[in-house]
Amino acid sequence: MSLGLTIAVPRGALLGETLDRLDALGLDTGEVRSNDRKLLFGDIGVVTMRPSDVPTYVEAGAADVGITGKDVLTEQPDREVYELLDLGYGRCVMVLATVEGPDPSVEALRRLGVMRVATKYYKTAAAYFDKTGRQAEIVEVKGSVELAPLTGLVEAIVDLTATGTTLRENHLVIREELFVSTARLIANPVSHKLKAAAIDAMLEKLRAP
Amino acid sequence: MSQIVDTSSVIHPIPSGTRDVLPDEMRELRDITEAVRGVFEMDGYGEVWTPALEYETVIGRGGGPPPAYRVFDDHGEVLALRTDMTIPIARLVATRYRTAEPPLRFCYFAHAYRGVRPHRGQMREFLQAGIELVGSPTPQGTAEVLTVLCHALTATGLRGYSIGLGDASLYRTLLRSLDIPGAAGDRLLAALGGRDFVALESEIGRLDLDDADAQLLLSVPQIRGGPEVLSAAEGPVADAVDGLRRVHDLLAPDVADRVIFDLGLIRDLGYYTGAVFEVYDPALGEPLGGGGRYDDLLGRFGRELPAVGFALGIDRLHIALTGEEKGAGT
Repeated sequence: MSLGLTIAVPRGALLGETLDRLDALGLDTGEVRSNDRKLLFGDIGVVTMRPSDVPTYVEAGAADVGITGKDVLTEQPDREVYELLDLGYGRCVMVLATVEGPDPSVEALRRLGVMRVATKYYKTAAAYFDKTGRQAEIVEVKGSVELAPLTGLVEAIVDLTATGTTLRENHLVIREELFVSTARLIANPVSHKLKAAAIDAMLEKLRAP
Repeated sequence: MSQIVDTSSVIHPIPSGTRDVLPDEMRELRDITEAVRGVFEMDGYGEVWTPALEYETVIGRGGGPPPAYRVFDDHGEVLALRTDMTIPIARLVATRYRTAEPPLRFCYFAHAYRGVRPHRGQMREFLQAGIELVGSPTPQGTAEVLTVLCHALTATGLRGYSIGLGDASLYRTLLRSLDIPGAAGDRLLAALGGRDFVALESEIGRLDLDDADAQLLLSVPQIRGGPEVLSAAEGPVADAVDGLRRVHDLLAPDVADRVIFDLGLIRDLGYYTGAVFEVYDPALGEPLGGGGRYDDLLGRFGRELPAVGFALGIDRLHIALTGEEKGAGT
């Protein structure tokens, strides 16, 4: 069975709990769990993708609703989607971190006027330093952000951390917390009106403890 | 077999958010605008042109979004490309029709310019078709405009569309009746405008309200559906809801059946005062257009008249028609 909705489901860290929630709605997600190459599961109305692609599909109406992290939504602030529900799981913190010892970003700001910050979250980081009145050069990297301050590329990083283990292993310490990120249910603005009953029914079941 | 494309030729780019239209597409666009123009003319809406460039102060007086494109003229005055046609027509009515007996009916087919993130269906230069009905108060004026809107959409051959109908003053009325302080109210409105119900819920949670009031603030903007949902919205919002019901009662069945009430409907433009509406089609993930009442706008230009109108995005309408042809969204 399906809910009469196309649901964009994130692969990666959020996948397991997301499928548990969909099971609780009465969808049979067995095939999604067992087949990690297949992307489209038409009979239950599920499409799977990278979390950062979920807002793209939902905004365009290729999916009616989707589940993704608040970190993704914060990084894509212009997306025309409804944010309907904080699902609570997938808890991570967006942090500013540097190497241990005296904070090198403070010295960079004091003596050079600008700190260099590596991140995968360019807009999130830029907005944060604007908001806190600091001049920062944002260096966008695609791979392991932790490497950047260890090699002297930057003085600090902005990154998402769940347990802090990777930071600790690389001798990085958290200096500031930007915000807490959890999984969110989002909806396409047109589907939100034209499929109101199906979306509200889904919302109500997801809210139920 | 695929081929290597020769990329060595010189290209001459055009500005971001603009595009060229070639004859095949133009014929299809022309079919749409001619069908819509026929309905507008038949219903007594005379077509007007206004300059694409207006003085920036004129656009600012209208209270719409700030213009994205500005230039200096030969006297150092700041000119701006219009962001919509509603403000230029408000100016036109207040200057060219200063003493004319209302109601006045105008239609237009014109490009407007906004600094949006360009994508298919929303370029920075985009063609709008719309009407303005000046001097006809709610509910009659609103019902007339909704009727013209549905006739125009049907004339293009679009089948699956619906009209979302809400009230721009509804949530402010609700905030006032619950004595929510201005700054907190602005945060709630910002969350609602950002379509962020998670932020709305957490902002409501920070206020010192009893459960019933908090529930009202959270649930009212999520009410949407047929006339039966209006019974769920009583109390402080009853007046606004009654207004919507009176509009709905005046509509012929073929138009009334297209209406979805949506008490959370927020339009991005700042000048709306009462009923607001948007056009949805299952073949497209964003509204095809929208409009509403702007009973204060003409007064800002010196002629106090209630008014109502809508604008349709011709590109979006075209995409939706193509989608319906292919069976999308069904």
